[in-house]
Amino acid sequence: MAKEYEDIPGTFVFDADRSREGYHLNMFCISLRLAENREAFKADPEAYMALYPMTDAQRQAVRDRAWNGMLELGGNIYYTAKLAANDGITFQELAAKMTGMASEEYRDMMVKGGRSIEGNRSKIEWENK
Amino acid sequence: MAYVKAGVGCSHVPAIGVAMDTGITEQPYWQPVFKGFEKSRQWMKDNKPDVIFLVYNDHCTAFSAEVIPTFALGCAAEFQPADEGWGPRPVPVVKGHQKLASHIAQSVILDEFDLTIMNKMEVDHGLTVPLSVMFGDVEDEWPCPVIPLAVNVVQYPAPTGNRCYQLGKAVRRAIDSYEEDINVMVFGTGGMSHQLQAQRAGLINPEFDKRFLDLLTEDPVAGSQITHLEYMREAGSEGIELVMWHVMRGALNEKVEEVHRHYHVPASNTAVGHVILENR
Ligand SMILES: [Fe+2]
Repeated sequence: MAKEYEDIPGTFVFDADRSREGYHLNMFCISLRLAENREAFKADPEAYMALYPMTDAQRQAVRDRAWNGMLELGGNIYYTAKLAANDGITFQELAAKMTGMASEEYRDMMVKGGRSIEGNRSKIEWENK
Repeated sequence: MAYVKAGVGCSHVPAIGVAMDTGITEQPYWQPVFKGFEKSRQWMKDNKPDVIFLVYNDHCTAFSAEVIPTFALGCAAEFQPADEGWGPRPVPVVKGHQKLASHIAQSVILDEFDLTIMNKMEVDHGLTVPLSVMFGDVEDEWPCPVIPLAVNVVQYPAPTGNRCYQLGKAVRRAIDSYEEDINVMVFGTGGMSHQLQAQRAGLINPEFDKRFLDLLTEDPVAGSQITHLEYMREAGSEGIELVMWHVMRGALNEKVEEVHRHYHVPASNTAVGHVILENR
């Protein structure tokens, strides 16, 4: 199927292909919703990750806390946010990290009305900025 | 017979719940967000619902990647607030309305909308934040029972705006045919423009949001035709949550009056939008 939405810049649309690819990564992330799992992960991250048959690239992205990398490998933001929460990172701090901005800079941008749609609609607009 | 007099559209930003739970709603950052709900809280007292039919989405909390129902109707006796990774919100258990919920399920399924029936389900901020902002702080229990309808907006594709609008109409037919004389209020929640992920995170589009709200009141059929691509491009990848407002709108009369509108940027990463629509 044609994916018109792939033209939206700076965005990973979580479609069936990404969902299939990211299944075990997402199941790992959501497991951290529960306190007992967070403790097991903290005690031995590698052993805990081994419970989920992720790809090597996904495992490395988790180790590196490569937040955009996880999305590219099929992760979904609502799942990766559980990993962020496990690390004590708020949703807004997580958003800042993914945009490459400092937390205060990102928060400031939001207070001033957020990221404008102008210049951010398509990959061509995005690249020509 | 049961009846619908009004609908509520409302963002369900988790940070709004956190602000209420930690008592910081008077801080300058939050004050303008909550100011817009003062009138709504009085209106809720004046228009006291017997039951709320609340359309929301689960954020990978009750539903993991294992099960992704497009429409899931809460038919349980009660719904526990979920632990989303930070501990459950300190709010009361949400009581369901089993008789009306099962009536709606039966009616809507025979009307050819193939719902998933949930007899056990935890509910996340998507459901509890709208209740909190509309009712204000509550003590031991919520003022009325709630029937949750969880919609998949996380994995593409969400149901279309038109499908949501048509489902709202079917829900209305179901409510209208329920024999008890009760006031059922319909909530559509989520949005407005926001993107939580990747390099474009923080996107806000007030022009899109305003047009969406105008269409919702004045030309709901046109509003229901907004495509997924347009939501994701113009309102951010998570702005697609707005399809859920069309279920609420479909359950109202063709003609409605917008008796209240509130719009504020930002709450955390999101544009906060809120309307109250009364049937005319
Ligand atoms: Fe949401």
